[in-house]
Amino acid sequence: MDSAIKTGNKTLENNVNSPEYVLEIEHLKKSFDDKQVLNDISLKLKKGENLVVLGKSGHGKSVLIKCIVGLLTPDAGILKVFNKEITDLNKDELTELRRRIGFLFQNSALYDSMSVRENLEFPLQRQDEPLSKEELIPLIEEVLEAVGLLDAIDKMPSDLSGGMRKRIGLARTLILKPAIMLYDEPTTGLDPITSSEISLLILDIQKKYNTSSIIITHDMACAKVTNDRIMVLKEGEFIAEGSYEALENSEDEFVRSFFESTN
Amino acid sequence: MSQPSTNKITAAEIIAEYLPTSFQNFLIELGSMLQFFIDFFKNLFKRGFEWNAFIRQCFEVGYRSIGLVSLTAFIMGLVMTLQSQPTLANFGAESWLPGMVSISIVREIGPVITSLLCAGKIASSIGAELGSMKVTEQIDAMEVSGSNPMKYLVVTRILATTLTIPLLVILSDAVSFCGSWVAVNINSTMSAMLFFNKIFATIEYEDLIPSFIKSILFGFAVGFIGCYKGYNSNKGTESVGVAANSAVVTSSISIFLIDMLVVQITNLLY
Repeated sequence: MDSAIKTGNKTLENNVNSPEYVLEIEHLKKSFDDKQVLNDISLKLKKGENLVVLGKSGHGKSVLIKCIVGLLTPDAGILKVFNKEITDLNKDELTELRRRIGFLFQNSALYDSMSVRENLEFPLQRQDEPLSKEELIPLIEEVLEAVGLLDAIDKMPSDLSGGMRKRIGLARTLILKPAIMLYDEPTTGLDPITSSEISLLILDIQKKYNTSSIIITHDMACAKVTNDRIMVLKEGEFIAEGSYEALENSEDEFVRSFFESTN
Repeated sequence: MSQPSTNKITAAEIIAEYLPTSFQNFLIELGSMLQFFIDFFKNLFKRGFEWNAFIRQCFEVGYRSIGLVSLTAFIMGLVMTLQSQPTLANFGAESWLPGMVSISIVREIGPVITSLLCAGKIASSIGAELGSMKVTEQIDAMEVSGSNPMKYLVVTRILATTLTIPLLVILSDAVSFCGSWVAVNINSTMSAMLFFNKIFATIEYEDLIPSFIKSILFGFAVGFIGCYKGYNSNKGTESVGVAANSAVVTSSISIFLIDMLVVQITNLLY
């Protein structure tokens, strides 16, 4: 890791089980066939913090957050969410945990056979104690208002633009009031104005719902707006960590290349 | 206590060493299908059955197939009768025609042809729909939101095909009889009352029960294979087509295999 900046596994190990952290990862490894995608990953996410993970495509960013939410099983390492080791959970416990983690997919992953309203109702109606229609309405309106799309409530996903789909995807995750948000390239494929709106929305959500977030991106404008801290991933390993300004002046050419491309 | 030898060759190593790759892949696929089958039954009895999704699937699978199944069945009954009539006439056995046609339709042609049609129409559509949901990460989105995609997408579809395909087979048999009666009346004259009386006098429970059991199994196979292929498709646009295609091929083959087994078993029983 970049010497100017910090984090070592020692620091991480000293803080294990601290209630200050909602997510703790140590020495995480994941490979597909012979390809090692994540190689000894360690990170911690503080309560209410926005952590931006930068990295080139194919360097394991999406794999990392899919491991966090249990869509992929790591080969080795410790992965604790709310102080619970995710690989030790049974199916019901994992389902329960997932309801506290919001995941915004790169392509929004809206259910295309359902209207926006039905998309938002879907996770709520499948809780252990499903809500009645009357109870659902204010919750749906609240999240749609939060993403500024209350008037799209009866539209189908095919009628929405890319930016609107992202917002509805975000609303669908927010409706479960998650404590952790995982954003998989939230601004990819959007024009600069919509990207900036989404970035500001991420900040609003952090403030309004007090969520802790991991934002996977290679959009530096988004990273600049949303970050409390940035970690840089290269070939399955974190090579640098710090603030936007600190990393901008990094001695590492790979790290600097992200910032140079925006200037 | 003696320690297990570290040089012991495991079954997996023998399989990897001596069996051809294609056969290994077949075994892997079979194992994966078995796991899917177990998951289906586990989720079938879980609390909170998805009634709305099930009814919608019954409508999609059953109601929307009525036109295709009826048209095909009518033509099937008509053509079968037209082709059998001259042969039976040569032996002066034209009066056997309704009985002969009805037994062929009820025991074999009705269930098999209807299920093959459903394999083409329903299994492919389920395979493509679930495959596309997989590619666009909609299934993953359901999982991460704490919903159960297996219960919502798979259980409802398999139950819908298992329920509606036997009903479509009954409809298909009835429409085939009508087609057959029309064909009889092209070259000669026979009242509908006499024609259907002859049919019901010929058909027995030994014909109906195996046919109905067969139709239930065909319905399950069509839904199960369609869901399995779609749910387990790879992530890529091409895989949607592959899932739809292999759903049709595999479910068609499985229909013939089930047919062969049920015929053997019912021949032993009756």
